[in-house]
Amino acid sequence: MKIKLAILAILALVVTSCGGDKKKVEYPVKSKTEIATPAKKVDPMTDKGIGPVTSITLGELDQAMVTEGEQIFKAKCSACHKISKRFIGPGMKGITERRTPEWIMNMILNPEEMVQKNQIAMDLLKEYNAPMANQSLTEDEARKILEYFRTKN
Amino acid sequence: MKTLFKSVLALLTISLMVVSCVQNSNDSSGALSSSKAEKVYVAPGEHDDFYAFVSGGFSGQLAVYGLPSGRLFKVIPVFSVDAEKAYGFNEETKPMLNTSHGFIPWDDAHHPDISQTNGVVDGRYVYINGNNTPRIAKIDLTTFETTEIIEIPNSAGNHSSSYVTENTEYVVAGTRFGVPVPQRDMPIAEYKGNFKGALSFLKVDPEDGGMDIKFQILMPGFDYDKAHPGRGDSHGWFFFTTYNSEEAHSLLEVNASQNDKDFIAAVNWKKIEEYVNNGGGKKMPANYAHNVYDEHTHTATSTMKKEVLTVDPTEVPGAIYFLPTPKSPHGCDVSPTGEYIVGSGKLSADVTVHSFTKMMNAINNKKFDGDAYGIPILNYEDILAGSVKSGGLGPLHTEFDGKGNAYTTFFISSEVVKWKLGTWEVIDRKPTYYSVGHLMIPGGNSGQPFGKYVLAMNKITKDRYLPTGPEVTQSAQLYDITGEKMELLLDFPTVGEPHYAAGIPADIVAKNSRKIFRLEENEHPYAAKTEAEAKVVRKGNEVHINMTMIRSHFAPDNIEGIQVGDKVYFHVTNLEQDYDVPHGISMIGANTSELLIMPGQTETFVWEPKQVGVWPFYCTDFCSALHQEMQGYVRVSPKGSSVPISFTLDDDAVDAE
Repeated sequence: MKIKLAILAILALVVTSCGGDKKKVEYPVKSKTEIATPAKKVDPMTDKGIGPVTSITLGELDQAMVTEGEQIFKAKCSACHKISKRFIGPGMKGITERRTPEWIMNMILNPEEMVQKNQIAMDLLKEYNAPMANQSLTEDEARKILEYFRTKN
Repeated sequence: MKTLFKSVLALLTISLMVVSCVQNSNDSSGALSSSKAEKVYVAPGEHDDFYAFVSGGFSGQLAVYGLPSGRLFKVIPVFSVDAEKAYGFNEETKPMLNTSHGFIPWDDAHHPDISQTNGVVDGRYVYINGNNTPRIAKIDLTTFETTEIIEIPNSAGNHSSSYVTENTEYVVAGTRFGVPVPQRDMPIAEYKGNFKGALSFLKVDPEDGGMDIKFQILMPGFDYDKAHPGRGDSHGWFFFTTYNSEEAHSLLEVNASQNDKDFIAAVNWKKIEEYVNNGGGKKMPANYAHNVYDEHTHTATSTMKKEVLTVDPTEVPGAIYFLPTPKSPHGCDVSPTGEYIVGSGKLSADVTVHSFTKMMNAINNKKFDGDAYGIPILNYEDILAGSVKSGGLGPLHTEFDGKGNAYTTFFISSEVVKWKLGTWEVIDRKPTYYSVGHLMIPGGNSGQPFGKYVLAMNKITKDRYLPTGPEVTQSAQLYDITGEKMELLLDFPTVGEPHYAAGIPADIVAKNSRKIFRLEENEHPYAAKTEAEAKVVRKGNEVHINMTMIRSHFAPDNIEGIQVGDKVYFHVTNLEQDYDVPHGISMIGANTSELLIMPGQTETFVWEPKQVGVWPFYCTDFCSALHQEMQGYVRVSPKGSSVPISFTLDDDAVDAE
């Protein structure tokens, strides 16, 4: 039995290493133990997400940024997100109390990777079906939207 | 048992390792490096080395292929309507096809040429001619869309077109069919001496590539067939082949093949430019359309121009000469240095090559052999550099590899012949399948060819592909020209009947290709740049719907208050700002095509509902997992109904927070 397993393991290794393409494509392979264990519960207020933003320090509310952020939100996000209600995606009311500033900005700036690798984003995709669209915003624009969200708690 | 398993295991491991080693050696330039298949194989996800812009001939469009793979990337609509892209169907692009004859949904597209800077293809624009209703179009290579079309007055059979000078100072448009200028009611039999052949020089705006007819030279009524600009030392000159110097008006097949030699017209455009800049030339009333697409309003406008500046060649002495060239010459090609002007007598076995230096000497020594309509004719022997005794039949077109070699197609004998500039010796010949017309080397008719491949475009296909009934696709063949001998690598089918093509290294163009239109730069008058801006407005029996689309819904998606007999404009804005997320829209019963709207863009279609009911519209381009859900309804009431205009999304106002 053990040897049969060993054959399988070697086969798998060799086949993977021999891939005909020059570029090696790696497929995520889940081991049995990973599949068996339910997803780890993450504390959303410690999860910074995956993306360009690693650390944000929030200061006093900046009213000029809030105004700009509101305009950007209305122009680029409001087709799918309302403040007061669930729409295509979640309602934004209270978002800064549910998620870290970094997670919010990474979700705006790097949605493709977030919905594939970040557990909270993966769960949201399951719940809402529609993947978050990348609206090609700059980090500065995302930061202003975050400032606007701080006024919507 | 255990031992047996171990042996099997060991064997299995070794054999797999061996297989893996063989595969690895295939990846490098090992045993198969000389295979033809490998030379044209572009691995999945990898990109081609060259773009080829291949004219669509009677399809009126321009096809974009990758070389060496021969993969088709896009068909750019130019002179013909295209339902897929709504070109000529949506309100924004209908003006692009306006002419002095009204809206024309088709043309015959012939000779694409890429803009140049200092004699090198720069990848900013492609210019291409419509042959039937004379027009020149400009395609912008940031968007791969047609952004300008100008009609050419006093012209017919716009064939010796649309070639650019080495700094894209001018694009030329020459007349193949002589016509009365100005057009008038007169007997056809009075052609000779009365009809003219206009050679138009379109000044190009260096900023945006825009075109404007600077002057038209009213030449004798010969057929001006093909052209190419001088370059290097001959920059400032333009060369046009002619046939029908007999000025026949019927049965040209016989009557225009009487003279042993016709001419290449050598035009010193710098001299004529100077003449018109100093007030020379005569303004003539005209009527021609100039259509320009604005990338900010996403909308074309058509302006009718009423005047054109004409030049009588006899009034600018020293500007134009005729170079006698045997047997109804067709192709007119200029070597990369600008020294050699190649005229291919299509009824001949030989290729005639004139020398620019000899031409200038003859002109300076005033050695002429008479004149035609006051234009001096040079002596054939004085200007001849040499002729290529090819042994083939029916030479048509020549391109250059930048290494001292020229490649000429032979239509009748179905082959490409490689020969050496200066010695005129034939180095190689390879068959084509069948009856080749044009050929193309990327940059092969500029100062700097990229001589890696030649693409032969054939007129006859016959048995090259699986049969598809009486009508078959056109065939193209790709040859490797890096060695002494040409090597046939690939056959691939092409759209319409390709005439000329233009090629360029991919990296020059690819880096400038746009991915989206920025919403904040959208100046379309009916754009709704947010869902909150969406609205439905009635103006008499016209209704304007400013609608948005994003994955995967329309706003609004429920509209009421439309009546039978209304003219309903759907102005639809794609709110996406991500690469490759277009949406489509179509409405049941609309007498037009779908719209295919790129991120950040606004397009409009018109729907005139004829029946009462509740009618759906939907997204026509699969956009997301919930694409099937991207749909909406319009309620159509009888004419005069009291149902008010209303529009909602999720039973709520479109600007609900």
